[in-house]
Amino acid sequence: MAGADSDDSLYPIAVLIDELRNEDVQLRLNSIKKLSTIALALGVERTRTELLPFLTDTIYDEDEVLLALAEQLGNFTMLVGGPEYVHCLLPPLESLATVEETVVRDKAVESLRKISHEHSPVDLEVHFEPLVKRLASGDWFTSRTSACGLFSVCYPRVSSTVKAEIRQHFRTLCSDDTPMVRRAAASKLGEFAKVLELEYVKSDIISLFTALASDEQDSVRLLAVEAGVSIATLLPQEDLEALVMPTLRQAAEDKSWRVRYMVADKFSDLQKAVGPEITKNDLVPAFQNLLKDCEAEVRAAAANKVKEFCENLPEDSRETIIMTHILPCVKELVSDTNQHVKSALASVIMGLSTILGKDNTIEHLLPLFLAQLKDECPEVRLNIISNLDCVNEVIGIRQLSQSLLPAIVELAEDAKWRVRLAIIEYMPLLAGQLGVEFFDEKLNSLCMAWLVDHVYAIREAATCNLMKLVEKFGAEWAQNTIVPKVLGMANDPNYLHRMTTLFCINALSEVCGQEITTKHMLPVVFKMSNDQVANVRFNVAKSLQKIGPVLDSNCLQTEVKPVLEKLASDQDIDVKYFAQEAISGEFSTIILKYNLHRCKLMTQHYVTLKLKKQKT
Amino acid sequence: NVKSPPPSATPPLPALPGRTPSVDKVDGFSRKSVRKARQKRAQSSSQFRSQDKPIDLVQLPLLKDVSAQEQPELFLKKLQQCCTLFDFLDTLSDLKMKEYKRSTLNELVDYVTLSRGYLTEQTYPEVVKMVSCNIFRTLPPSDSNEFDPEEDEPTLEASWPHLQLVYEFFIRFLESQEFQPSVAKKYIDQKFVLQLLELFDSEDPRERDCLKTVLHRIYGKFLGLRAFIRKQINNIFLCFVYETEHFSGVAELLEILGSIINGFALPLKAEHKQFLVKVLLPLHTVRSLSLFHAQLAYCIVQFLEKEPTLTEPVIRGLLKFWPKTCSQKEVMFLGELEEILDVIEPTQFVKIQEPLFKLIARCVSSPHFQVAERALYYWNNEYIMSLIEENSSVILPIMFASLYRISKEHWNPAISALIYNVLKAFMEMNSALFDELAANYKSDRQRERKKDKEREDLWRKLEELELRRGIQNSDGHNALFCTGKITGPGCHRKHFTF
Repeated sequence: MAGADSDDSLYPIAVLIDELRNEDVQLRLNSIKKLSTIALALGVERTRTELLPFLTDTIYDEDEVLLALAEQLGNFTMLVGGPEYVHCLLPPLESLATVEETVVRDKAVESLRKISHEHSPVDLEVHFEPLVKRLASGDWFTSRTSACGLFSVCYPRVSSTVKAEIRQHFRTLCSDDTPMVRRAAASKLGEFAKVLELEYVKSDIISLFTALASDEQDSVRLLAVEAGVSIATLLPQEDLEALVMPTLRQAAEDKSWRVRYMVADKFSDLQKAVGPEITKNDLVPAFQNLLKDCEAEVRAAAANKVKEFCENLPEDSRETIIMTHILPCVKELVSDTNQHVKSALASVIMGLSTILGKDNTIEHLLPLFLAQLKDECPEVRLNIISNLDCVNEVIGIRQLSQSLLPAIVELAEDAKWRVRLAIIEYMPLLAGQLGVEFFDEKLNSLCMAWLVDHVYAIREAATCNLMKLVEKFGAEWAQNTIVPKVLGMANDPNYLHRMTTLFCINALSEVCGQEITTKHMLPVVFKMSNDQVANVRFNVAKSLQKIGPVLDSNCLQTEVKPVLEKLASDQDIDVKYFAQEAISGEFSTIILKYNLHRCKLMTQHYVTLKLKKQKT
Repeated sequence: NVKSPPPSATPPLPALPGRTPSVDKVDGFSRKSVRKARQKRAQSSSQFRSQDKPIDLVQLPLLKDVSAQEQPELFLKKLQQCCTLFDFLDTLSDLKMKEYKRSTLNELVDYVTLSRGYLTEQTYPEVVKMVSCNIFRTLPPSDSNEFDPEEDEPTLEASWPHLQLVYEFFIRFLESQEFQPSVAKKYIDQKFVLQLLELFDSEDPRERDCLKTVLHRIYGKFLGLRAFIRKQINNIFLCFVYETEHFSGVAELLEILGSIINGFALPLKAEHKQFLVKVLLPLHTVRSLSLFHAQLAYCIVQFLEKEPTLTEPVIRGLLKFWPKTCSQKEVMFLGELEEILDVIEPTQFVKIQEPLFKLIARCVSSPHFQVAERALYYWNNEYIMSLIEENSSVILPIMFASLYRISKEHWNPAISALIYNVLKAFMEMNSALFDELAANYKSDRQRERKKDKEREDLWRKLEELELRRGIQNSDGHNALFCTGKITGPGCHRKHFTF
């Protein structure tokens, strides 16, 4: 790199710094984002001695600029001369870690964490650790908050005396009198515990955890829950009961719903961390309480975990626990007053059937599935239908088909198009499981009705659905049931429906094969090339290109080409364009080219307009 | 107030039999899902786990029906009875007892208002206990994640029939002539105040209003708690600005602070200045600024009236947090700035005029006509006009280019007319300078364009250099081919490797 240093004279730092100081924020931001270019122009030496001190002094900029700076500096190690000099980056990042704006501070901490790994152990003690200490004892809460995220990265690689200091600083921050700092400490407690020696986990971390978990602010207590899970994974089984369980039990019954919600949300992790014995004795009753909680938020979070919790129960007592303790609560949740709770339950309840086996499923779960299929809220029904495959494996879908049908029909006609879209996506799965006969009898008409839905996304999904159905049921089925109906729409007075015929043909030609395409579909497409609406005509051109590969070359030459040529001399420019594109057959670039083509046309159009104006 | 109902409030939509979409309806936006105005909902606090047995309170005689000696003890008994809480979401349970507690609370309110000599030392802990039992509770979850306080109806507290009376009782108690802060401070302590402050997040505006009065009285009577209250409000605001952006009672707290700032002694302590710069100014960045902007602006102006030298940091702060995309907020900022300019001292004005008028020049030329209009209204303000006139030699060159350009280009005729007036005013103020600027306008623009081009050139050269070094380096190590990257004239600088 030394060879290129002669270029430096071209770019005096003053010019570059002028750019970084420009009055316009956008320009300043642009130059900060290209900071690596500037550093490269200056070379490593001048970057260290001139650029970095300048940056350290300019930390009073707009937050957006500071954010970009904080991010850049995390990748600057090579630009200051490699790991040997990486500590030069600390002063500007230290200032950035104390600014008010959270996103800037977080980014600065992220960059500091990143470059901490590039420090040698000696540099870590000489440069990095003192920085952490300064931040930890800063006046304003922002620097102390930032410090919390830096302890765990330097702890493993420093000497034992420094380690003791770090632990002391962390302890102080855990009892800081600003709740923001305690929150930051609580959120990093688990991470810090992981790098500590086990003896210190027991002596230091546990007392901090207990204190934070009984903080006066619920926003601190709830963060301690997650830390509790991490700590539990670190401790040997025999210590869990005495060291973490009392605190966790208390959290599950905290007076603030936010804390209970957090416990419910982390329940599976917690279950894995504490092992089967404690799960049986403590977590089962706690889980029951959460499922019966007075706040819907908590119940919904717990309901989400029902399947995972049951799955991870110790095998020897799994069934009894589920049948005697969990199922009664689940039954109540099916008729909960809050729809989020019911829908959370509906998204996992089907999973219980594989755990409980055929007989229990039929006797106990089936009534619940049926009740949820009739729920007033579409989301609940949809969640049940979307998980049908779990039940199918255990008891077969036939058991449900009588209740399934009304539910599907109702969802298919739901007023919200997103609900309709969701049910369409499950059609191929349902068709496969219910069989062709049932489908023809009950569901076929629905699938056809979607083709004329007034929302494009639904028509599009319906087209794709037909293709998947043909893949399942075969070309012959297609020819008998759906192709006639699709082709019939070509005579519809609404041009959108006529276009749907073309979209269906695009999707179906390949799965239906050459014969059906040539014999039945192609004539319809040809007929539509005379449509009075231009959109239909250019879609004919697109369709012909699309189905071209399915047709034989003779047919292409003698039948398709003449039609395309006719379209290529259409009066409408778009029809012409697509016909020409289809002839040249460059499909992959067609869209791009088309857009360019439109742009050109537009510009030409405006130029002519302007010219006309000037003349008049 | 038309807003689509939140998911939980959606009534089951009737199934539509045999839906056949009409042919002519191709816009795809049917009005089947009739939008419904959201109903007012009531929500109870998050403290009731299922209560099984009905509550039974022994009916006590009325206070006025017993002798004066017996009254204090009966008063205490009634306070204890009022610690019993009822589930108001269950509208049918304990109706009789709910009514009994209501009438008892009413009686207590009257009693503390009218009676003399009732406040013995042992009543303090009982009063505070009764109030704490009733008002301190975990607030329920907000119904929608994106609660828009301007659009949505607030969730009302279900137990308000009791809660209201408890607050009223407590306020009367605090205001009572016999009330002695020196005795009460044992019970109304830091923990009490902290819980009280947390309640300001209540969505029920009626409750926040009561809390405002309570906190104001406590701040007034308990000197020992003042610093603590201020610090905790700081924490709430900082958490609101930098962590959650959600807190219902910001306006109420600011209102209290307005009167607190009013009473600050001079010279201001460093703590108070820090509060202004590090807490009040960042409050401007919050999305829901409109809900508390009036109160915030009032606090800021209060500070500046106390201590004019703070004008410069305040205006610099506003410039730093000036909204970049939200025009509504920009209009609010302009309004606040005018309030500040109304009280600014000429010496302070001179210190800040350059950055300030660069900003105003930008606002005046905003394509959003409300922003431009708001900024141009400054020229109707006599005091501001006099300041501009005194400093026209500095301000005119800053403003001229924007005004001149916009006077020809702005799409809104009302703005063009306003601009014309402003230009006219400047011309009258300093016609020589005006003529000079007008004459130089063209060459100045050319100079600017030249500078822009120089900048582009500089960056182009820098990128070429980076590219060349990248290739040099890579050629030396044959790295480009090893890493499978493409070289050649099209090689972008992203491909550059060390």
